[in-house]
Amino acid sequence: MSSPEHNPLRDPRDKRLPRIAGPAGLTIFGVTGDLSRKKLMPAIYDLSNRGLLPPGFALTGVARREWENQDFGDVVYEAVKENARTPFHQAVWDRLAEGIRFVSGSFDDPGTFERLSRTIKELDEERGTGGNHAFYLSVPPGAFQTVLTNLSHSGLAEQTEDEWRRVVIEKPFGHDLESAKELNRTVNEVFPEDSVFRIDHYLGKETVQNILALRFANQLFEPLWNAHYVDHVQITMSEDIGLGGRAGYYDGIGAARDVIQNHLLQLLALTAMEEPLSFSPGDLRAEKSKVLSATKPVGPFAQTTARGQYTGGWQGGQQVPGLHEEGGFASDSKTETFAAITLEIENRRWAGVPFYLRTGKRLGRRVTEIAVVFKRAPHLPFDDTMTEELGQNALVIRVQPDEGVTMRFGAKVPGTSMEVRDVTMDFGYGHSFTESSPEAYERLLLDVLLGEPSLFPVNEEVELSWQILDPILDYWAQHGYPEKYKAGSWGPPSAETMLARTGRVWRRP
Amino acid sequence: MIVDLPSTTTSQVNKKMVELRESGGAVALGRVLTLVIVTDDSSETEQAIQAANEASREHPARVIVVAKGARQAAARLDAQIRIGGDAGASEVVVLRVYGELAEEGAASVVPLLLPDAPVVAWWPNDSPEYPAKDPVGELAHRRITDAAAEPDPIDALGARTRSYVDGDTDLAWTRLTSWRALLAAALDQPPFEPIRGATVSGEADSPSTDLLAGWLASSLDIPVHRKVNREGPGIVSAVLERPSGNVEVVRPDGKIGYLTQPGQPDRRVALERRAVRDCLAEELRRLGPDEIYESTLRGLSEVVREDPDEHAEESEPVSAGQQS
Repeated sequence: MSSPEHNPLRDPRDKRLPRIAGPAGLTIFGVTGDLSRKKLMPAIYDLSNRGLLPPGFALTGVARREWENQDFGDVVYEAVKENARTPFHQAVWDRLAEGIRFVSGSFDDPGTFERLSRTIKELDEERGTGGNHAFYLSVPPGAFQTVLTNLSHSGLAEQTEDEWRRVVIEKPFGHDLESAKELNRTVNEVFPEDSVFRIDHYLGKETVQNILALRFANQLFEPLWNAHYVDHVQITMSEDIGLGGRAGYYDGIGAARDVIQNHLLQLLALTAMEEPLSFSPGDLRAEKSKVLSATKPVGPFAQTTARGQYTGGWQGGQQVPGLHEEGGFASDSKTETFAAITLEIENRRWAGVPFYLRTGKRLGRRVTEIAVVFKRAPHLPFDDTMTEELGQNALVIRVQPDEGVTMRFGAKVPGTSMEVRDVTMDFGYGHSFTESSPEAYERLLLDVLLGEPSLFPVNEEVELSWQILDPILDYWAQHGYPEKYKAGSWGPPSAETMLARTGRVWRRP
Repeated sequence: MIVDLPSTTTSQVNKKMVELRESGGAVALGRVLTLVIVTDDSSETEQAIQAANEASREHPARVIVVAKGARQAAARLDAQIRIGGDAGASEVVVLRVYGELAEEGAASVVPLLLPDAPVVAWWPNDSPEYPAKDPVGELAHRRITDAAAEPDPIDALGARTRSYVDGDTDLAWTRLTSWRALLAAALDQPPFEPIRGATVSGEADSPSTDLLAGWLASSLDIPVHRKVNREGPGIVSAVLERPSGNVEVVRPDGKIGYLTQPGQPDRRVALERRAVRDCLAEELRRLGPDEIYESTLRGLSEVVREDPDEHAEESEPVSAGQQS
């Protein structure tokens, strides 16, 4: 007898067989956006090309454009041609194109949702999507409520035993604890928590998942992974681009809300959490929630945090405008484009180890990394002159670009005298497993269709993150202005002083 | 860059490789495995190297090609080192061995294996009777053969069954993965009914068709019929019989499959025949024993062959283990 648990053609030892999503369709609200053209549509093609989408998969776009199915198909085609990771195959595209639909209309018009409802019913009949549909809300946060309410009123959110409905939402998940709770309430009124998938695309990256493999599959690192040996941890996400046209979205949000609340705190959770009982979604989340509950901001904030706004200047051979010249920004805006904070984790493993988080725009270069910096050896049987070029040992997990891991340690300089200098040992994902590394969105979209929630933060994690960040945001709102920093530098001087007061320095990524 | 080292020894090859690495700057050291390709010195050698180079983008490897030249000639070793643009993401050493050396290919390979990294042996054609007992096969953790490239592919499968040792695999099996994935996914959906019977059809000499039948027979534990279909290349159809209706996959042209399931609309699926480099990349992904392949080979004896006209003598169940 076969059952979903026991399919006679599936054998746990058979590692070749991929998990293909069951019959399903994906509806994207806001298909005209950048994200959907650059990431979502190519990811869908790549999945399809790798044979991981169900036969009969359907993609429906909803937007306020007077488009026919064919017009939307052309848009997807262009997006795929331009941005897909895997080579273009006409046969694969033809199968995918058969399932592309477009529903035209605005999000506040119930008629749009009626038409969507009809389209979805047709798809169930023609394509066999089996009543399983995921709704991807690639819309500004202000439109969440409208879309959700209309989904609920039109009956599109109703699930039955063998027909699922899921919703995918993107950051920002609110702008403080209060609004995050409000948003979670709104979403959970329409979709139960296990049908809500919050996309944090960092968690879909191979390197981020590799943090778990690195820590828990090896004997080498975990014994050192605690306050006895670790001096401090730096988590950096820097961008070299400015705001460009996103000022409208960014004003009032700022770097801390935009990046630290979600990406960096998730990276912190994975770096600092205890070993989960298993890799099941429940166990992973339990550990992440535990470590986030133990995480507290370190004060006084005047000395332990830094924020800034970039000014114009020369960056990478181009003259770039400052924040206030970009337009769309109030000249007295306190919105920060650089944020650095100090956190501590109140548990036995990490007591006394500061975690420094920083992010910013228009910094030296685009990089995301986690640097675990170790204490100096308690005793050095060398003269001072022998080790003056020796720094602290470090383990750096490079999340992007050039994904990999670097170790820094001391080695003897060749020659007759004893002299020790820092050297690095490098593991590059690109050298060891090139090209097969899928895009984060591929992994995450597939997980949505499979109903596999491990890589998506739940509302508890979102609320805990705000709880950590809120005191700092409140302090910033009441005290002073962001400092200016030059485009192409590594942030304002206060970022350096916040580490210098304890004799530490930021790593230059 | 291509460097020729005529009439040389392996230690000179090693020395030259270190030299090239130092003079060429930081050529990546992060190789994950050594791939040994054993061929005759022919035009197909180059195709095999090409496929390995492409697969190496996923698995950076040191590729050692042992091309066996004329046995009558005087014993000699000609080496060629390729790095950079001529070697994909790998470094390729082509060893042309002549005379007595041709029989001792393994001896020239050992000094060039990467320390600690797994060794994979691949015979693009003319695989040995017992891959695991072959001198090169003995060095390898994984041995890749290709039944489809043998003079009699179906016979070759029989030989594979007799010679199977953990770590053996065959590209005819790898070519099947997309079919197996599709059928398994079809059974992930309701109704969850037992499969009563199954029929697979394909070209008479398509080993993948036989393996598909063998896989179904061993995992479903039912007799599976293997029919000859001259229409298309490779596998043409697979049918799983269930009380409420059959699951059918038909691929008449070797490109697009048609999936039929009761209660669901017919669907077209991209089911293109896979290129050698894709199959090789998939093989290199798994370095442990493939238990499913083993039970599939054992399942071949449960397959009922239906060959109405031509191969009348083969219409009995093929009991591969007993074929001489």
